[in-house]
Amino acid sequence: MSFPFKPVAKAALFAAFVAALAAPIALAPAARAADVTLLNVSYDPTRELYAQFNKLFAARYKADTGKSVEIKTSHGGSGKQARSVIDGLDADVVTLALAYDIDAIADRGFLAQDWQKRLPDNASPYTSTIVFLVRKGNPKGIKDWDDLAKPGVQVITPNPKTSGGARWNYLAAWAYALKTYGSEEKAKEFVGELYRHVPVLDTGARGSTVTFTERGVGDVLLAWENEAFLSKKEFGDDRFDIVVPSLSILAEPPVAVVDKNVARKGTGEAAEAYLKLLYSKEGQKLAAENFYRPRDPDVAKDYEKVFPKVDLVTIDDPAFGGWRKAQQTHFADGGVFDQIYSN
Amino acid sequence: MSDITLDRTTFVGSPPPPVAQRARSVVPGFGLTLGLTLLWLSLVVLIPLAALFLKTAELSPDRIFAILTAPRTLNALKISFGLSLAAASINLVLGGIIVWVLVRYDFPGRRVLDALIDIPFALPTAVAGIALTTLYAENGWIGALLAPLGVKVAFTPLGILIALIFIGLPFVVRTVQPVLEDLDHDLEEAAATLGAGRWTTVRRVIAPAVLPAFLTGFALAFARAVGEYGSVIFIAGNLPNVSEIAPLLIVIRLEEFRYADATAIAATMLVASFLLLFVVNGLQRWSRSRTGRLA
Repeated sequence: MSFPFKPVAKAALFAAFVAALAAPIALAPAARAADVTLLNVSYDPTRELYAQFNKLFAARYKADTGKSVEIKTSHGGSGKQARSVIDGLDADVVTLALAYDIDAIADRGFLAQDWQKRLPDNASPYTSTIVFLVRKGNPKGIKDWDDLAKPGVQVITPNPKTSGGARWNYLAAWAYALKTYGSEEKAKEFVGELYRHVPVLDTGARGSTVTFTERGVGDVLLAWENEAFLSKKEFGDDRFDIVVPSLSILAEPPVAVVDKNVARKGTGEAAEAYLKLLYSKEGQKLAAENFYRPRDPDVAKDYEKVFPKVDLVTIDDPAFGGWRKAQQTHFADGGVFDQIYSN
Repeated sequence: MSDITLDRTTFVGSPPPPVAQRARSVVPGFGLTLGLTLLWLSLVVLIPLAALFLKTAELSPDRIFAILTAPRTLNALKISFGLSLAAASINLVLGGIIVWVLVRYDFPGRRVLDALIDIPFALPTAVAGIALTTLYAENGWIGALLAPLGVKVAFTPLGILIALIFIGLPFVVRTVQPVLEDLDHDLEEAAATLGAGRWTTVRRVIAPAVLPAFLTGFALAFARAVGEYGSVIFIAGNLPNVSEIAPLLIVIRLEEFRYADATAIAATMLVASFLLLFVVNGLQRWSRSRTGRLA
């Protein structure tokens, strides 16, 4: 299959993809020009959001305290980023794809176990959900999760073992199957069938997006809502359509200050201010502009036309019982996901 | 690698001095250089390796056994070692032809071709992976030609093979090239004057001289392919049991925060690679002793 494309968008996506690989290494300590330097370790698709948000914060911080601040961001697969922080990457704040990855950092004593209670809304200033990105005109007629397991449909999604976004994809499919077919056994069957329709299992969300958009592989991409909007924006409306399934999951990408690192660097106050600004009207507006669903009801109202209404389950739903339990059941060694690939 | 030291010593003259006689060596500096060698090797190679095995030792033998015999691990190891052997073998044959053409014939553009060989050395592996994937995907230049024939390259084990061939090629060419260049034409002419046919000359004169170099090139290409990660993950498809290479499985285990499991697989790969290289080294020695040459 071949599609017309915009060379600039193509190049940009490539650059982003290559940068994704190089970013964690490229963070060499720079000359200390600013009064405060913050390092935000984030996940894959937040590049555009934080590039803009960092400028906003630098301006606000200067106005409020008179101090200049330089913010660096590192992006990559959420699990990999968490591991970098555990292994000593000097993050002041982490803004990752799912709570479990920050839990893993907390388990090693970098921050308090109750970190998710320190900020409002489960420490997730913005949310997203999982939607389908399909080829223009939706030639395979994909409308809901059922259609993904139909003969001849190829689904693109990353490996949930390595990608935070992929875990949300998987759990959304699970939630749908559980509700539709009524038993865990059936849900397992459905999710297993779905993964048999996956021809390429990339390690990160951006990788999958490139496979689907650039390589022309697959009929449907399971994507973060913001990533789906971004692809449409980058490649133009004439190549892809977004399909919103009847039920999806409320993805809450959480944020936290890494206590141990800021205590050592003396950056605690700036790091707090950085995360607080995400909850302000301005921060919320910026999140919405970057296709993250804002938490603030007023801002949400302003953007309600952008974000379609979906029936959303949360990770704390009894079907999952929170991240730690979901991780254990589905993604741990020998968990449901491994069982899918073991026979 | 031992062939290099042998070359050096033959340069100095007479047989290599035994260790006991080192005080009488004509060149000074044995103590200092050996000390530096040991220190440097320890820092760069031995200590990281020791850490790897120590981390693995955190696991009980049962657990290690369970990890290594899991179907997914076995498949990943099979894919990595099988395809690396295949890629190194293909490089052995085609690299051999390339090196013969580069050394033995003069033609316009020879130097350009010669320089091209090094590109896989110089190119960042991620770039190579992305470029190969772009070419071999079903909408890529080559992939689009192959698709009607029902041949899929990108996102299949065939794609992995292509990436491994790409990164391994210069190892064979660059190892064999100097040996072939040094090979005296006189020998072939002598063989001819003594009545050897052309094939006999190739078989009895040229092949024994270059065989050890070919084995070294093969071993290097193989070793590199087993550890290759950057270029492969883009083109592989990364499906467990089908196109998931062992290095990717190691990364996946790390990302699950299971460091010891990851090192168990890594240590296994290391031991297996070491054994294979040991066999290749033995073959080299055997081929040398058989022909009595120091290639």
